[in-house]
Amino acid sequence: METTLSNLYIGVTLASILLLVGLGLTFTFGQMGVINMAHGEFIMAGAYVPYVLQTSVLSGARGGAVLVAFPLAFLVAGVMGLVLERVLLRRMYGRPLDTLLVTFGVSLMLQQAAKDLFSANNKDVVTPTYLRGQWDLFGVTLTHTRLFVLLVVVLTMVGVWVFMSRLAAGRRMRAVMQNRELAAVSGLPTSRVDATTFFLGSGLAGIAGVAVSLIGPIGTATGTAYILSAFLVVIVGGLGKLRGVVLAALLLGTLNAFVEHATSSTLGRAAVFAFVILFLQFRPNGIVSFRTRGLAV
Amino acid sequence: MRLELEDVRIAYGRAEVVFGVSLDVAHHSFTCLMGRNGVGKTTLLNGLMGVLPLKAGAIRLDGRDITRLSTPQRARAGIGYVPQGHQVFPYLTARENLAVVRDRAGRGDQSAVDDALDVFPALRKLLGRPAGLLSGGQAQQLAIARALVTRPQLLVLDEPTEGIQPSIILEIEDAISALHSSGMTILLVEQYVEFALRLAQRYAVMDGGLIVHSGDTASIDVAGFSDLLAV
Ligand SMILES: Nc1ncnc2c1ncn2[C@@H]1O[C@H](COP(=O)(O)OP(=O)(O)OP(=O)(O)O)[C@@H](O)[C@H]1O
Ligand SMILES: [Mg+2]
Repeated sequence: METTLSNLYIGVTLASILLLVGLGLTFTFGQMGVINMAHGEFIMAGAYVPYVLQTSVLSGARGGAVLVAFPLAFLVAGVMGLVLERVLLRRMYGRPLDTLLVTFGVSLMLQQAAKDLFSANNKDVVTPTYLRGQWDLFGVTLTHTRLFVLLVVVLTMVGVWVFMSRLAAGRRMRAVMQNRELAAVSGLPTSRVDATTFFLGSGLAGIAGVAVSLIGPIGTATGTAYILSAFLVVIVGGLGKLRGVVLAALLLGTLNAFVEHATSSTLGRAAVFAFVILFLQFRPNGIVSFRTRGLAV
Repeated sequence: MRLELEDVRIAYGRAEVVFGVSLDVAHHSFTCLMGRNGVGKTTLLNGLMGVLPLKAGAIRLDGRDITRLSTPQRARAGIGYVPQGHQVFPYLTARENLAVVRDRAGRGDQSAVDDALDVFPALRKLLGRPAGLLSGGQAQQLAIARALVTRPQLLVLDEPTEGIQPSIILEIEDAISALHSSGMTILLVEQYVEFALRLAQRYAVMDGGLIVHSGDTASIDVAGFSDLLAV
């Protein structure tokens, strides 16, 4: 029972990170049909932000560095996404294979750049003193770092929700996602909306990266470790459907933690894969399907 | 607002579909463009809006060449476009469908939304509903209202009566007629000939990617080319 709950706790934190990554992917895929293979490297970039802060300007305030890292990583990864979209992807909309290859190339380049900058060795972000410790609840260990990660994800999700549902910029994003042509002929600045979407989606990966750095060592392969699961989350959740992505992240995150506990990491992933393949047999459009009248969306 | 199409050619890949169409829609006029299924009416309108690139030709609004403008820029130049098939943003509520166009470039003017809703008061009761759940007729009214939120000088409608029940067709007819009386220039693509001829002053008939007849609706000889119209 206790191991079950502990696994659940680990699973939920993993799920919350996958959620941030998957959400970013659905934004860029849902809106522009871009499968961004470099999205994982935005996680990596975000993960190095607290490390760089702790080893340079904020070496005297390593706890504060972590707090500063969240907004900064959002900006860094967001700008990386923005540059990728403006410089490369904008020229190849509607050519999914080309974008796949180009973003894969960018992903390799970014990993190499990280190796040159930080060496191929893994790095540790020093856990701030205020996050050292744990609570024991019915025999389950709730480490403060993972609670903090959950809190950050919840706050970020609330922020995203407010942006998407309450602000004009978020509404424009949803409109372009749902019917790009209609948005364009209605005078919405689709190109500017695309840039915003890419910035936001990539920025979320940056936040996820800082979260990742708090629960384990980071390295140039940090992005690769998460991106595959995140893609699965997006596929199971149903492309472009936010509610589906939340459910799928929870499902796959906990599944991964449980199976990994019972077997090994590699087998755990294989089991998740098998589950996804089976799942798509029964619900090819993802968990949530929303029927509209006479409209193919 | 005057619209001029000059020798417009449009192709899908190598297959040319519009073979050089010239059309002059005068300021304040009401023009209907008719023709059977697949003659290229929607293709022409999509070329007008820049959704499809022109192979050749020019488009002018009040004498200004807009051929090089992007689709959103053309919309903002004063064209309100209601595409075929009562399209909406399905997951946005009806209210959001209007608001997103009101705020297309920063905070817009709510009075534009109120004026659009005055044209179709029945929409007020439906504002909270996801637009994808509206009936075809309701969605068409929402689609026209959404185009009106941009306060267009030229309103372009692509088969607004297609698949819509008669009572709502009448409401749409009244609305379009009132908009024209208030000074809006209107280009209507329509296969429902009686509907089109009740409203329009000028007509043009397309066949095989070309305009084959045009003139004043007052002197139209419908029987003479009924094979070109879906009557
Ligand atoms: N995306 C496309 N690719 C290739 N051909 C197309 C495409 N869309 C339309 N066509 C072809 O172009 C021609 C004109 O189509 P268009 O939709 O403009 O006709 P229409 O006059 O609007 O017909 P309707 O009254 O049925 O709406 C048709 O032969 C159609 O098959
Ligand atoms: Mg058509």
